[in-house]
Amino acid sequence: MIIPLSHLLIFGAILFAIGLYGILVRSNIIAILISIELILNAVNINLVAFSRTTSISPVTGQVFAVFVMAMAAAAAAVGLAIVLALFRVKNTVLSEDINLLKW
Amino acid sequence: MNTLESLRYFLPETFLICGAFLALAVDLFSRNKKIVAALSLLTLALFFFLAKSHPAPAVGLSLFFGTFMLDPLTQFVRYLVPAVTFITLLASLNYRPLLKLYEGEYYVLFLFMVFGLILMGASSNLLMIFLSVEFVSILSYLMVGLLKKDARSKEAAIKYLLFGSAASAVMLYGISLLFGISGSLDFEAVGQAVSRPEYFSLSTLALIFFLVGLGFKISMAPFHMWAPDVYEAAPTPVTAFLTVAPKAVGMIALIRVLGIALAPLSSQWQHILIVLSILTMTIGNLSAIAQTNIKRLIAYSSIAQAGYILMGLAVFGSVGIQSVLIYLVTYALTNLGVFTAIIIVSNQTGSDEITSYAGLAQRAPGVAASLTLFLISLAGIPPLAGFIGKWFVFSSTIQNGFYVLAIAAALNSTVAAYYYFKIVKAMYLTPAETETPVLAAPSLKIALGMTLLGTIIFGLAPQPLIDWIQHIRL
Repeated sequence: MIIPLSHLLIFGAILFAIGLYGILVRSNIIAILISIELILNAVNINLVAFSRTTSISPVTGQVFAVFVMAMAAAAAAVGLAIVLALFRVKNTVLSEDINLLKW
Repeated sequence: MNTLESLRYFLPETFLICGAFLALAVDLFSRNKKIVAALSLLTLALFFFLAKSHPAPAVGLSLFFGTFMLDPLTQFVRYLVPAVTFITLLASLNYRPLLKLYEGEYYVLFLFMVFGLILMGASSNLLMIFLSVEFVSILSYLMVGLLKKDARSKEAAIKYLLFGSAASAVMLYGISLLFGISGSLDFEAVGQAVSRPEYFSLSTLALIFFLVGLGFKISMAPFHMWAPDVYEAAPTPVTAFLTVAPKAVGMIALIRVLGIALAPLSSQWQHILIVLSILTMTIGNLSAIAQTNIKRLIAYSSIAQAGYILMGLAVFGSVGIQSVLIYLVTYALTNLGVFTAIIIVSNQTGSDEITSYAGLAQRAPGVAASLTLFLISLAGIPPLAGFIGKWFVFSSTIQNGFYVLAIAAALNSTVAAYYYFKIVKAMYLTPAETETPVLAAPSLKIALGMTLLGTIIFGLAPQPLIDWIQHIRL
């Protein structure tokens, strides 16, 4: 049984919406970073689904998805390093406690 | 063109990346970090001349299987970005807070940054633009958070990281939609698919997602929230760099995306850009009025400047693009000059508050006079470079009948003049608390001199610059 494209795209869109909601609502920085990863996964689902259906070359989308994963890993490495450095000086990972700079 | 054939045209960039790795290796073995700095400056200077001796063909040349577009616009990036970085590194050499930690890595990060920015300005492929935007973003997070013990620097870095990753994730979703409708990653192919009426709603959605991602890079309202915090708390030379180089290259990436991949939607994005341009400059200028910290004030002013640049982008066409490029050159010189002066003062006083600029005219007449000239140029008053940039942007909007935009920008310019002159007033009319002269290190003097010279020359004799830029088209 082949899953139709529309199902995959709706799944991707729902994942995207959950990720966006998480970014806006969660106050823990780690949780926000995880929400961003959710969006990236939504993108990957889209890319792979499209690469099977509409793409001219069947590998383009898949290769793109691998690039997205690699980039997400790099961004997570830098992101967690910065979170750790922040935790060392401020002892918090909650976004509402990060309030030295305003207006 | 395949990889091996492309490498011949990619020689300057190959040289740059080799220089960056060499500097990294030298940093590993050398105690004296000034050697790394000298090597970085040398690499940048040689890159500039290599790029000059390998000019881009007038008709674009598509390298690396269509990911890297070598055309006059890329050549513009190849000149602008190393020049900006060169001046930034000169200004960093004696920046106090930086001297104790990670000095070597700091210089090397800039070299990689130049490479990433050139890729970003040259990308003509959806995969390439995503990778280069992320490349530049990740390096910027690191640069902002470089001050180890400083809680504000860390806080700014985390804000930048969260905003930036969210914006590029949203942009990536837009990219996946564009890939879906066109089946290809190439801008030209995407452009053809976008023009089909049945994909109108999907491609409009992708357009909005793209504007989120690239709008974040150029600090366009309503995605500008990170900018004041990041610009205030980052090390000052990094602020100088971030307000100029990624913003300029983000504009150029936006020109490519809007002008090729999303060209069929031009009536849509033109309206969006007009509204966002007015919003950006108004928010920037109104928020700047009340600021007491000079870095934060210039941060808001640079948001407002992005609004003026967006005017040219909204006009588009060859006139609009040329006005954007001229504005970018004049703005880059002037803003770098302002920040060099800020570094000189903060090295002496340890403060970025406008009150510490009181009586600067007695303590450092040269710095005060140059800072005044830079601020006048930012305000767009003749005969300095900023006026030339503003004149081209305004005339391009009026020629194309965007009168509302021109009027809004003119009103905004008067507001901007008010807060620029607030600094000038503090320097010349408020008496100084101490008489200690403010001394500048030679490298800072050179950086200040270069930017000042550029600001004056491009203001008095802009013709060579204009002639050169008139050859550039998309």
